[in-house]
Amino acid sequence: MPKVKIDGQLIEVPDGTTLLQACEKAGKEVPRFCYHERLSVAGNCRMCLVEVKGMPKPMASCALSVNDLRPGPDGEPPEVFTESETARKARHGVLEFLLINHPLDCPICDQGGECDLQDQALGFGRGVSRFAEAKRAVEERYISPLIKTIMTRCIKCTRCVRFIADVAGLGDLGATGRGENVEITTYLDAALDTELVGNIVDVCPVGALTHAPYAYHARPWELSKTETIDVMDGMGSNIRVDAKFDRVMRILPRLHEDINEEWISDKTRNIADGLRSRRLDRPWVRGSDGKLREATWEEALAKLAEAFPNDAPEKAAGLAGEFVPAEEAFAFKRLMEALGVASVDCRPEHVKLGELGGRAGYLFNPTIAGIDEADAILLIGTNPRLEAAVLNTRIHRAWFDRDAQIGVIGEAIDVTYDYAHLGDGPQVLAELAAGKGDFLKVLKQAEKPLVIVGMGALRRPDGEAIWALAAKLALDVGAVRDGWNGFGVLHTDMGLPSGLEAGCLPGEGGRDTAAILQAAESGELSFLWLLHADELPMQRIGSDVFVVYQGSHGDAGAERADVILPGAAFTEKNATWVNMEGRPQLGLRAVLPPGEAREDQRIIADVARILGAEEAVFDTPAALRQALYDTAPHLADIDRITPADASALNTLAERADASALDDAPLKTPVADFWLSNAIARSSEIMQRMSAFVRGEGSREAAE
Amino acid sequence: MLQDRDRIYTNLYGLHDPGLKGALARGVYDGVKGFIAKGREWIIEEVKESGLRGRGGAGFPTGLKWSFMPQEVGDRPHYLIVNADESEPGTCKDREILRHDPHRLIEGMILASCAVQAHTAYIYFRGEFMVERHAFEKAVQEAYDARILGKNSIFGWDLDIVVHHGAGAYICGEETALIESIEGKKGQPRLKPPFPANAGLYGCPSTVNNVESIADVGEILRRGGSWFAGIGKPNNTGTKLFCISGHVERPCVVEEAMGITFRELIDTHCGGITGGWDNLLAVIPGGSSVRLVPAEQIIDCPLTFDDLMKLGSGLGTAGMIVMDKSTDIIRAISRLIYFYKHESCGQCTPCREGTGWMWRVLERMAEGRAEKREIDLLFEVSKEIEGHTICALGDAAAWPVQGLINHFRDEIERRIDSYTARADAEGSTVREMERAASG
Repeated sequence: MPKVKIDGQLIEVPDGTTLLQACEKAGKEVPRFCYHERLSVAGNCRMCLVEVKGMPKPMASCALSVNDLRPGPDGEPPEVFTESETARKARHGVLEFLLINHPLDCPICDQGGECDLQDQALGFGRGVSRFAEAKRAVEERYISPLIKTIMTRCIKCTRCVRFIADVAGLGDLGATGRGENVEITTYLDAALDTELVGNIVDVCPVGALTHAPYAYHARPWELSKTETIDVMDGMGSNIRVDAKFDRVMRILPRLHEDINEEWISDKTRNIADGLRSRRLDRPWVRGSDGKLREATWEEALAKLAEAFPNDAPEKAAGLAGEFVPAEEAFAFKRLMEALGVASVDCRPEHVKLGELGGRAGYLFNPTIAGIDEADAILLIGTNPRLEAAVLNTRIHRAWFDRDAQIGVIGEAIDVTYDYAHLGDGPQVLAELAAGKGDFLKVLKQAEKPLVIVGMGALRRPDGEAIWALAAKLALDVGAVRDGWNGFGVLHTDMGLPSGLEAGCLPGEGGRDTAAILQAAESGELSFLWLLHADELPMQRIGSDVFVVYQGSHGDAGAERADVILPGAAFTEKNATWVNMEGRPQLGLRAVLPPGEAREDQRIIADVARILGAEEAVFDTPAALRQALYDTAPHLADIDRITPADASALNTLAERADASALDDAPLKTPVADFWLSNAIARSSEIMQRMSAFVRGEGSREAAE
Repeated sequence: MLQDRDRIYTNLYGLHDPGLKGALARGVYDGVKGFIAKGREWIIEEVKESGLRGRGGAGFPTGLKWSFMPQEVGDRPHYLIVNADESEPGTCKDREILRHDPHRLIEGMILASCAVQAHTAYIYFRGEFMVERHAFEKAVQEAYDARILGKNSIFGWDLDIVVHHGAGAYICGEETALIESIEGKKGQPRLKPPFPANAGLYGCPSTVNNVESIADVGEILRRGGSWFAGIGKPNNTGTKLFCISGHVERPCVVEEAMGITFRELIDTHCGGITGGWDNLLAVIPGGSSVRLVPAEQIIDCPLTFDDLMKLGSGLGTAGMIVMDKSTDIIRAISRLIYFYKHESCGQCTPCREGTGWMWRVLERMAEGRAEKREIDLLFEVSKEIEGHTICALGDAAAWPVQGLINHFRDEIERRIDSYTARADAEGSTVREMERAASG
């Protein structure tokens, strides 16, 4: 390991460390604009110049490896100075150059208060400007409906260009012009075709790129910041929810190396307005005239108790949806058990996850970070770009950096990497599992093959067969062995893995979702409790079924409901969310539920009391969580993945039956990325983005 | 003065046939097979002995540069790249070679390729070099037809030449920007390290040399490194093409020995300074990218890399820009800085922002519409650019300004004074208002 002396302090760093990282390790702050840990090195801002003993010129520390430093004449370690006159002068100069053409519009700039240029001008700048010429002004450029550009502020660090190229995988953003006429733009101002564009605002060190939906809404120092978990897809991205009083103003990513690194999708980022609109903020009951009317909690609960079939619990059922965290799923199931109701499910129709193969059967076993090791990837019935946009960047990276081979079974997908399109229908999978096909060789030869099954495959009537065939294929190609489990189910929401881990599945003799829906259609059911469940074919629920909808948004479930119990959105409750990897994480409350809405745990307890199931009431949230941990101890291990027992996959693979397959092409369940759930559908921005992407909306969709 | 027998470029002025036949008559390609048979080490040693320093401006020893290439060819092929992006203001030597003696360059490319173990050589033409490219391509075709190039070469070193035509950006003459440009990317210099010898064109070991450096090689090997080393001064050996432009009677490109004094160069080849030696104001001796040298310092200075460096300037490309006393030196430098502002690639901050700033201040100074403290400001700005950029364009833009201020500060001050005095004489609004207020 090379040694280097930084400002007199001798430290040892691993090979390949850049000088900037070494300086940071030595506790020295080196200012920078263009350098970003996760992007390729550009070395163009020149802010990080430091003095290296023996070098005639100050060196850009971000681009210089410690291995390239030459030792002194007597073999003493190379010396670096970050505070010397040379280094200080160089930084002064660079900062002055950056500021001469930067507008003094901080008071109206949304980046104000969290601007790198502001901070560094204070820390390393000169304080006054000596520039007496006219400042340069640059025309605004159009990048995306979600991005507001004020290009005069741009310092040409090219972080956004590198993010779009390196991470999002598009070559569409670049710098045109030369010298002081350099401008960052897309070709002919076309919008960037990616679901990750919001991240360029985070990487932008100045106010050139800001969030269009958040423009002029708040100042960073006014916001209360809550570190929590995102539930827009199955990844459980780490986010920070910034709220002003009782309103969520914006959502930003938080660093989590193994999940989202420091990126989030545009849906995660921009649903803040969806958390405010179309909210259920008071109970409603359906009157005898068939119309919903406002009600008190007492009324609503009484109506519910009246309709509950106490004598025939088999006529009742409960379905948990995608915004249900582990505690609620657990309490829901516990209450239903107490009431003698066995028909409880947290899965979409036809999905058999949890019934076979143990945890290994329903988790994303390779882990999200494991994609970085995979060298052959088979995607079955999934479009990761739409289902888990940030996870997709890892697949892109595997392809780009390591030439991983990618195969797709299902409809062709529009992604940034090349893939072998093996076929539309699941028959191809049966062939692979039977030992035929070119891609089988690729998987077999791969060191760490990865078989990913999407919800698009599992939500079909033949989902169980596809699931089992995929498991068989994974076992056959050696994707499951000691130290590597390459069989993964790509979940599209957090409710399903959370519910599965909490055991929210049908009890003895109970119906699963498909059977519940069938019973609701045929009249065998009289009472159906929908817990945040909107993604159901509501038209199939017969008119004689009494539907209780507990949830946060006035969406499909609320429309059909006979009683509406207003619950809390994910930003309004403390809860354990389990992501597709089986990683439990704590979501924290950022704001209170609106109006008379209550936290869902409490609503479940209220219902338990009114139905006389006192044994299912937990006195405190802590007691509920403890009971959950007692049942599923691994959930107490917050942020850790308890690996599933891979041997259980054998029982699943045994069920592989190609004759059950249907020829219909496999499709992603996320047909419209922007409107994939109740919160997103309530968001005006998401509505406009959806229209924009379909080619119907205006270019200024989000302003 | 250089003897005719010591000239390398015997068809510099195109008086003879530039084709293969003419070249062979002038001795080009003579002995190449033997040189290649002696091996790459011998070629490199001979070039090292000759003391040949790169003719593109920086003056880096050519033999040493070649020896940086990996000893063995690994998984990645080696490339030779010839830099024919001659865009330095005041420099017009390479184009004479390309037009009139292309085979001498091809010969050098074969020998240099052997030295760096490259079987493909790229040549990057300046965007404006249409005629030159056509002349060179014609010669390349002749060479292929004669199996000088291509498979089973008669010389025993197979070489393919790829001609790449640039789009006319000055910065593409910077070696790493040139490599980027060949790769089809925007011509922006790369960070160094890694140096091209490790990771150059398409990530492969590459050597980038100037046209003149490469074209010199054949004659050096034929006559021996010691012959070349015997011309000129120690550490500044050999012959050099000088391009003299500006206020001389007969501007020209001429091959001369290194170390010739400026006076001798001008008197012998250019017919003197317009209006006589007393009329000389200053000279920019190395293309525009070096500091100017005032008349009294340059007249008897030997033109070598080292002697000019002692004067705070440099030999650069040996493009002598001669300015007599009719020159508005401030405006002249301002025009040069406009060139650098225009040609800055815009990648790194000091050059992108600083060149425009310097140009704007200089434009005002040329009028006199400035303040004297701005002279120091301008100097500081140039110092803030110098040495802080990715490539040398920042330095190249800073040095002319520094040369101007070092040697012609009094001229700038006089200009400012005269402008201010004129304003006083004509009466300024402020003054009238003051008068009105007091009266």
